[in-house]
Amino acid sequence: MTRGAGYNRGFAGDGLVDSLLSWLIWLPVAGGAGVLALGARGVCPYRLKALAGGVALAAFLLSLPLFFRFDGAAVGMQFVEDAPWIDRFGIRYALGADGFSVLMILLNTFTTLLVVAACWEVIQTRVAGYLAAFLIMSGLTNGVFAATDAVLFYVFWEATLIPLFIVIGVWGGERRVYAAVKFFLYTLTGSLLMLVALLYLYREAGSFSLAAFYDLPLTMGAQTAVFFAFLAAFAVKVPMTPVHTWLPDAHVEAPTGGSIVLAAVMLKLGAYGLLRLSLPIAPDASVEYAWLMIALSLVAIIYIGFVALAQEDIKKLIAYSSVAHMGFVTLGFFLFEPWGIVGGAFQMLSHGFVSGALFFCVGVVYDRMHTRKISDYGGVANTMPKYAALFMLFAMANAGLPGTSGFVGEAMVIFAAANVNIWLALAAATTLITGAAYTLYMYKRVMFGEAASDAVRGLKDINRRELAIMLAFAALVLFAGLWPLPFTDIMQPAAENLLAHVEKGKL
Amino acid sequence: MVSHSLIVSAPMAPLAGALAAGLLGARLGRAFAHWCAILSVGWAFVASVLIAREVVGEGVVFNFDWYVWARAGGVSLSAGFLVDNLTAMMMLVVTFVSLMVHIYTVGYMAEDPGYCRFFSYIALFTFAMLMLVMANNFLQLFFGWEAVGLVSYLLIGFWFKKASATYANLKAFLVNRVGDLGFLLGVGLVLAAFGSLDYAEVFAAAPGVGALASLPAGWDAATVICLLLFVGAMGKSAQFPLHVWLPDSMEGPTPISALIHAATMVTAGIFMVARMSPLFELSETALSVVLMVGALTAFFMGLLGLVQNDIKRVVAYSTLSQLGYMTAALGASAYSAAIFHLFTHAFFKALLFLAAGSVIIAMHHEQNMAKMGGLRKKMPVTYWTALAGSLALAGLPPFAGFYSKDVIIEAVGASLAPGANVAYWALTAGAFVTALYTTRLLMLAFHGEGRMDDHTREHIKESPLTVTVPLVLLAIPSVLIGAVTVAPMLAGGFFDGAIVVGEGRDTVAMALEKMGGASWSGMAAHAIYSPVFYLALAGVAAGVWLYSGYPLRTEMFARGPIYRALLAKYGFDDFNDWFFAGGARRLAAVLWRRVDAAVIDNFFVNGAARLVAMSSRAARKVQTGAIYHYAFSMLCAVALVLAWRLWLR
Repeated sequence: MTRGAGYNRGFAGDGLVDSLLSWLIWLPVAGGAGVLALGARGVCPYRLKALAGGVALAAFLLSLPLFFRFDGAAVGMQFVEDAPWIDRFGIRYALGADGFSVLMILLNTFTTLLVVAACWEVIQTRVAGYLAAFLIMSGLTNGVFAATDAVLFYVFWEATLIPLFIVIGVWGGERRVYAAVKFFLYTLTGSLLMLVALLYLYREAGSFSLAAFYDLPLTMGAQTAVFFAFLAAFAVKVPMTPVHTWLPDAHVEAPTGGSIVLAAVMLKLGAYGLLRLSLPIAPDASVEYAWLMIALSLVAIIYIGFVALAQEDIKKLIAYSSVAHMGFVTLGFFLFEPWGIVGGAFQMLSHGFVSGALFFCVGVVYDRMHTRKISDYGGVANTMPKYAALFMLFAMANAGLPGTSGFVGEAMVIFAAANVNIWLALAAATTLITGAAYTLYMYKRVMFGEAASDAVRGLKDINRRELAIMLAFAALVLFAGLWPLPFTDIMQPAAENLLAHVEKGKL
Repeated sequence: MVSHSLIVSAPMAPLAGALAAGLLGARLGRAFAHWCAILSVGWAFVASVLIAREVVGEGVVFNFDWYVWARAGGVSLSAGFLVDNLTAMMMLVVTFVSLMVHIYTVGYMAEDPGYCRFFSYIALFTFAMLMLVMANNFLQLFFGWEAVGLVSYLLIGFWFKKASATYANLKAFLVNRVGDLGFLLGVGLVLAAFGSLDYAEVFAAAPGVGALASLPAGWDAATVICLLLFVGAMGKSAQFPLHVWLPDSMEGPTPISALIHAATMVTAGIFMVARMSPLFELSETALSVVLMVGALTAFFMGLLGLVQNDIKRVVAYSTLSQLGYMTAALGASAYSAAIFHLFTHAFFKALLFLAAGSVIIAMHHEQNMAKMGGLRKKMPVTYWTALAGSLALAGLPPFAGFYSKDVIIEAVGASLAPGANVAYWALTAGAFVTALYTTRLLMLAFHGEGRMDDHTREHIKESPLTVTVPLVLLAIPSVLIGAVTVAPMLAGGFFDGAIVVGEGRDTVAMALEKMGGASWSGMAAHAIYSPVFYLALAGVAAGVWLYSGYPLRTEMFARGPIYRALLAKYGFDDFNDWFFAGGARRLAAVLWRRVDAAVIDNFFVNGAARLVAMSSRAARKVQTGAIYHYAFSMLCAVALVLAWRLWLR
């Protein structure tokens, strides 16, 4: 079936699902445009929300066949699409998905669905723009996860910035403009270096096809330059320390939906870039500088764990905890162990569920109390028992309790580290303590104790819509924690393929 | 014939009961919630009996995988069950004590608004504990391990409005996490060394384990693995210095102090090490550490029980001390003695806690023994059952604790492990301490004059049947179970196949030989030749003398430095609060404000932005907007270009 012998060469799917990836990209984008157009004509907000919900649901349902029709035994890209785009430069509209992409696309469509549901009562101003931004962002993000042409990848990559920039800048908190500009400039600056690297690779390979880049022999010097150029883009996006400080600001100022998408999906773009570009295109440089990546990951896990403990703002705390958890993703990748790659990729997925759920939890009380300060809360469990129970589940998942998805990726990466060096494993495993400390200490101050104020005493427990969203997150957190096999198996061939490719090297 | 589905149903039934009680209890009422929990745990008990009959009776061992959890790099990790004699015995203990505690709870928590939530939690605990003891692999063991930790956290903080309760549950969780860190690393090394987490595969390959690439050169893999696993056991089974969470865990309702923090969960570490005996037997270093930690815990934590006035805390420190005995036994390779003591201890310690709970209800939630006294007459059932439990705890023949504790002391005495000498003396002296604090509790609570206020005094009455029936049902095994089971469990090869003991290290057999064989009457008779027996008697006598009559004769010690050190619990709590909890928060604040906010974000990130702004401000000065400025600069440029073209070429 495979075309050519190189790494991740695709093969064509069968007729039915031939254009699935295109649908997943353009349906939400078109839906977003439609919502905007109807909004401009003054259609009532609830109809707009219903329409957006319908589009998001359709996209989610469309993404399911990716999972269920995925050929787990095959190596390489599936659901491949390939058409000329800008012939003069050999740029093609080339899409494909391997196990990593499929999981990320599923995570994205799922998150989008919940985010649209999450804004139901909360967003009352400029509804059409808000919904459109999320739908368009969702489609573009699918494009990043599906692109197998470098230019296409880059275009989607940069395009995803715009909707989120608008979401933070328009619907954000008090310092929204500062946060939005910081987010935009920071990530854009990193990405430009990636563009330079891609142009260099085009000159060497004579094509923008990622598959051609994979097979392109490169000297160590060239690989090193490419690796660090990529790293500038991806490290900011993940974010790795020390280029993480845009994230807490962006999260704090973003509306709930923006935070959910940012944490659950946008951060994955950086890690996905490492998997899709850095490791296979510059394998020898990746191995050479693994020590740096491992060190930065451990700094993220330990140092950020402490920084999170000191936070006084719930959202900022969860934002920092995101940085620490993403440290496990990068750590897992650069151990070059089977459990490391699979664990790191699983952590991407799990972090999507858990951080998305936690940001939603913050949104629930923020909508009621209009404050994010931990000290303004206290004793919320008295008045919101259902909320308290579900929040506890997500807090435990964040602390990496077995049986939740939060455990799986961390444990796999720690296992991989124990196979490499016990001190690495020890450093990574400190998250068992720090992760539990900052999460449960926050939970204790917000939820436990006597009701701290009249505002807390007057809180109403979650309504059905909120309950449904939290249950959806909870179901995934538990399912993926108790039975991660379906998720790990689908990325297994991709992970093994990647490891073999890196081992072979390019020198 | 026991089927696999019956085995799976044992843990799953309580899970279903917990979910039903928790999710539907609020709607369908309290009776629904407690029946869900009681019936599901009752089912688990019945299933355990059926399974045990086949496993113990006919020597069948069940070992099967349930489903594949994940796989990568050619390794599959599964959920699965192993039921041999060791597991069957643990299942019986867990489900029986749990069932008693469920029934007791109906009476004890009758007036609590969190009634349904409580039943949901304790049924969930039974599920988690069964998953732990029934695992056939390290991963599921860790799942159960952390799941019981979760339920423990939830139950210590059950009354979440109380600041002391939420302080205690966070402390318990974090201290346990320190242990779990070691445990998880140990599991990771097992995977690295053996390429599998399945018990059978790992134990079969264990003797051949040598060096490991991920360890520093010269480190013995077996020793490192065992020590790391034991760190986990120290957390869960509250061994020094990770013992600090257990006394504070008494903030939880009394039934869970009995079930979780005495009879079952805290013994998970003991069970785990016994289960891992094929690994521990490979490392004398590890065993020696286990022995010393256990002996120190047994002696020094017992001493703390002497100065506590909170009735539950006395029992809690006694639990710490008894866990120390079990741990010491493990270190002496007397695994079966450790498990035997775990077995008897589960009954009499659950009994003592439930009796303490019965007293606490009668006293209107007063736990201070200084305000009790003279309850013997008004609460006869509670008194007599507590007396039976106390005699068992003090280790007087022929009560249950005597058999298990004496074997441990003798086995440690027979051990040749480094440090066994010291451990032997610590444990022997501990027998005196145990008898003393036990007698003190009885004297202060039940004997002498009543020291409560008049209102309370008038309302003291014996607890309802839901409370006293479990007391009686637990008192019976507290008296008899040691005598009845000592011969089959210690001498009959009961744990063969489950527990491995290295050659020349069968200290249990040596101990039994010294004690004249494993007959219950022979051992009881032999007691009169043993110093342990006289020390226990001396403890009882000293207790009766010191604590009869108020003011107490111990007042004379109350100002001394030893007493104050004991009252301060050797200073561990203060140190931990200051160094670990406070230190972490101070470090966190510094890292955040000084490093993250000030250096990284303000200096570098926003500094870069400011640099751009500054340079553009400078560049902006050129753009004056005055035409003659621009014309002049154009002129200069033209002149420069011309000059360059004409003269420099």
